[in-house]
Amino acid sequence: MSDVKFSKEHEWLKIDGDVATIGITKHAAEMLGDIVFVELPDLGSNVEKDSNAGVVESTKAASDVYTPISGEVVENNQTIVDDPGKINIDPENDAWFFKLKIKDKSELETLMNKEEYNKFATESGT
Amino acid sequence: MENIKTALYNLHQKHGAKFAPFAGYQMPIQYPEGIIDEHKYTRSNAGLFDVSHMGQLLIKGENELTEDLEKIFPLDLKSISLNQSKYSFLMNEEACIYDDLIITKVKDGYNIILNAACKNQDYEIIKKLLDDKYEMILSSSLSLIAIQGPKAVTILKEIIKGSENLNFMNGDWFKYLNENIYITRSGYTGEDGFEISISNNNVEELAENLLLNGVKLIGLGARDTLRLEAGLCLYGHDIDIETTPIEANLKWAISKKRLTTGGFMGFEKINSQIKSGTRKLRVGVIPKDRIIAREKTKIYNNDNEIIGEITSGTFGPSVQKPITLGYVDSKFSKLETEVFLEVRGKKYPAKICKLPFYKKSYVKGAN
Repeated sequence: MSDVKFSKEHEWLKIDGDVATIGITKHAAEMLGDIVFVELPDLGSNVEKDSNAGVVESTKAASDVYTPISGEVVENNQTIVDDPGKINIDPENDAWFFKLKIKDKSELETLMNKEEYNKFATESGT
Repeated sequence: MENIKTALYNLHQKHGAKFAPFAGYQMPIQYPEGIIDEHKYTRSNAGLFDVSHMGQLLIKGENELTEDLEKIFPLDLKSISLNQSKYSFLMNEEACIYDDLIITKVKDGYNIILNAACKNQDYEIIKKLLDDKYEMILSSSLSLIAIQGPKAVTILKEIIKGSENLNFMNGDWFKYLNENIYITRSGYTGEDGFEISISNNNVEELAENLLLNGVKLIGLGARDTLRLEAGLCLYGHDIDIETTPIEANLKWAISKKRLTTGGFMGFEKINSQIKSGTRKLRVGVIPKDRIIAREKTKIYNNDNEIIGEITSGTFGPSVQKPITLGYVDSKFSKLETEVFLEVRGKKYPAKICKLPFYKKSYVKGAN
């Protein structure tokens, strides 16, 4: 089974060898409401830890998506660009955002596990 | 200051509403189904909106009141019939809009529905303009609910017989739980529907009854996407104290007769703007790509010059595309004009387009 980590910006990461699949958590999707637009980082681009790597817009507002780790974008999920509503239905599986070739595995150490994240999300209320 | 709760607060809570402060009230923004489903349910079925935060102002008087109100509003009030409603605005002498409103001629005088954020100021302005000559009651004991959607008429007639006979923009008195309630056939969603003024004591009973008959609660989030698809202005965004009805493309709401007779607040400015045009105009703008341009998004022309700004923007759940309202330099207001919207530093092509984005289905009747 692959390892799943969570960030304070409400992203999840599924780690599979050198590649991390990144998306937004169920909690984040619920807080955003109906998602109607997604912008993903370009294929082949390099993103830095905690920097802006896309946008989601709900009927209410726009929110930035941050990448919790640095790396090269090796895949992005066009199906959520074509049908952003998928993010509200299955945010933590099918509706992943992008895949990164991990640059520095030590960046994973500061991230939370599921239990820690659930506690964080409940307490932060955001 | 703590936000005011409407009489339906507990009902909203029971149905899982997410609340947010709005104009001093704690209002339901959405329910668990979400804005898109709520929006679509209203368009295909019938939605129930709590709009009790809006002002319900009764001004008591007879013929003299009609004369005096004509000095304020650009309406031909003498020729509207009893129980007929008109959309209008409260303006200053420069024709700038303090508020937009619905005014209805009733037996005792006139009933005016005002925006929540403006109602107290409106009350003071109107009172002053009327020289404090008339009794004015800004109610706090009445709730206001709207039932909107193609099935509103068939559902409401089961509960309140005769309501189906109301024509669009007309109202009347009906009985419910031994209370006389006032219903108008109107709304702000682009759908057929009704607005019901009923006491705070009885509103929950009526709302529960409507819910049992297939109406669903709809939050302010979907109210916003519905009105925007219908091309309707939201005060404080698409119109405000810096815009006139002519700039806002709302000339249709000004009585033709009053444009020749004059004598209402802002007439000179309106007259000159009609004759020589305005510098800016409200238009519909549709982005070419699936990009959402929000309020304050800058609008550019082909030469990369700023020509205006978006005042409302969202994704239209029924039209299935992004839609916006905004003001552009009048030179660029022609339909199909190509413009650019700057979103997150990038410019996206868009076009000036016809309003409304979504075609209305009002019931025909006297206007």
